Amino acid sequence: MEVLERVAFYVMAVIAVASALLVVVNRNPVASAMSLVGTFLAVAGLYLTLNATFLSAIQVLVYAGAIMVLFLFVIMLLNLEREPFDLPGFGRIAGFALSVVLLFSLISLALNATARPETSARGGSGAEIGDVFFSDYLFPFEMASLLLLVAMVGVIVVARRRKPEEEEEGEA
Amino acid sequence: MITVVDYYVVASILFAIGALGFLLRKNVLVMFMSVELMLNSANLVLVASAKSFDLARGSAFALVSVAVAAAEVGVGLAIIIALFRLKATVDAEEITNLRG
Repeated sequence: MEVLERVAFYVMAVIAVASALLVVVNRNPVASAMSLVGTFLAVAGLYLTLNATFLSAIQVLVYAGAIMVLFLFVIMLLNLEREPFDLPGFGRIAGFALSVVLLFSLISLALNATARPETSARGGSGAEIGDVFFSDYLFPFEMASLLLLVAMVGVIVVARRRKPEEEEEGEA
Repeated sequence: MITVVDYYVVASILFAIGALGFLLRKNVLVMFMSVELMLNSANLVLVASAKSFDLARGSAFALVSVAVAAAEVGVGLAIIIALFRLKATVDAEEITNLRG
């Protein structure tokens, strides 16, 4: 079992990192979105290795399902062409250097963390999470639903096509 | 033995790749995808560290953050659509309306 756990972790970690790199490297936005699905599914697998089963299901449903469909719809709506390749300028070299520095500082921070014994009081099943949400965290739960409602209204207001007369009002 | 440190390392790498994509890419949509990558890695750290305390509570935190991410993606993509209608481009370097 021990070996199996290790293998599952390393496979998921490698898939996550590799497809994350593909998201950044691909010049076709649709291919980037597809690689992003790979990362999301691999992170869902990592959640499974952590025994967070409910969150793993939510990750697949919300991220790999809903969010990716939204991304793909927008990509197809905007009808994007492939990005042309251009030589890296100063800003991009600086950005690359900055993220390499970020990578090493984050990893050194991670390696300095002490691994505490994994003695979780409760598991990550749906029943136990529901228990937490409907006792201690009822208010944040309701706030999340309100947030989603506000976001929905906001999306409709921002993305709707304006009538010509409204356009003039906006400019005045 | 896989410890929480291994998860931290994976999440660090994912976060750095997300930052790389955000800084290097010029397509606003791909920049937005990179932000999603960073959000995901933060969630991974949250759940991995919750395993030493209370996984149900940590999962609840992560679940709220997933809801916030979903709302954020909706609003962000709506802004990108509105921007595309205005400028007919998603190249971040050509969107300079706010530059004085």
